Amino acid sequence: MRVRNVQRRAGEEVELQMTPMIDVVFQLLTFFIFSFKIVSPEGDFNIKMPLAAPSEGRPDDNLLPPIKVRLTARSNGALTQIRFGNRSLGSGREAFDGLRQAVRDMVGDEPGPSVLESTEVELDCDYQLRYEYVVEAITAVSGYVDEGRVVKLIEKIKFAPPHRGPA
Amino acid sequence: MRYTSRQMGEGAKVDMTPMIDMTFLLIAFFMVVVSFSEADQNERITLPLSELAKPPDAPLETPITLHLTDAGTVLIGAKEVDVVQLAKELSLERQLLQARGDESAQKATIIIRADRAAKTGEVQEVIEVCQKTGFDKFALRAKQESS
Repeated sequence: MRVRNVQRRAGEEVELQMTPMIDVVFQLLTFFIFSFKIVSPEGDFNIKMPLAAPSEGRPDDNLLPPIKVRLTARSNGALTQIRFGNRSLGSGREAFDGLRQAVRDMVGDEPGPSVLESTEVELDCDYQLRYEYVVEAITAVSGYVDEGRVVKLIEKIKFAPPHRGPA
Repeated sequence: MRYTSRQMGEGAKVDMTPMIDMTFLLIAFFMVVVSFSEADQNERITLPLSELAKPPDAPLETPITLHLTDAGTVLIGAKEVDVVQLAKELSLERQLLQARGDESAQKATIIIRADRAAKTGEVQEVIEVCQKTGFDKFALRAKQESS
């Protein structure tokens, strides 16, 4: 009978077939090696932009008028100037640092959530401006990294209607 | 030689255990590290860098990814369209979401993956088209800068 058969076999030394297992294991290994790709992480900046019309109808009392940040560009898309309100911050690296400092001066160093919620930044950009400067400006107003810790500044960001600058 | 010939005669036994250990370790490593979520990425787009671009804690609800190339065209799904045709594609997308019956049409987020050399005005045009179609939540995607 079967059972007896098995019992008899159990007594023998069982030879384990390694070859198929190693075959499969190597196949898995090559599959994962080939599908391996280093992807640097990506993140999002949230922007809520309902259609611009309702803001004219009933102004919200709690809401301060948005801080206007103007980014002008040359016809090739290079940044020429950042203006924070009426103040010029120049162009290049130091302008973004200046923008961040200006926002920090405005909302305070450890701003409470109420201040941040009522403050809004409006980015007014030239049409041909390279997009990377916009992201850099958004980074500058939305926070900074202090000793590995992210300090959040303004989260409400909107765009002014497209600005056809000097073509 | 004596040594070799004796080995040959015996039928040498290789100890497989360490090799299999290593192989399983390698498999485990690659399995953990591999990512298949490349459906929303595109080789043609070079994202702008930002030190604050942290991956979101929770996945977005009903995301729609739009890729904006430096030439000003928009990639939606597998199609490459210009801004005018984008309106048609998006309204189709919205109808599909509304046909589901739940609130996914209101909750949908448009993820904009624009090339760093794209024009800001084009990004704004894309946003405008989305607004007219009825979407009002946007996420501008950037690549995390290793600082």
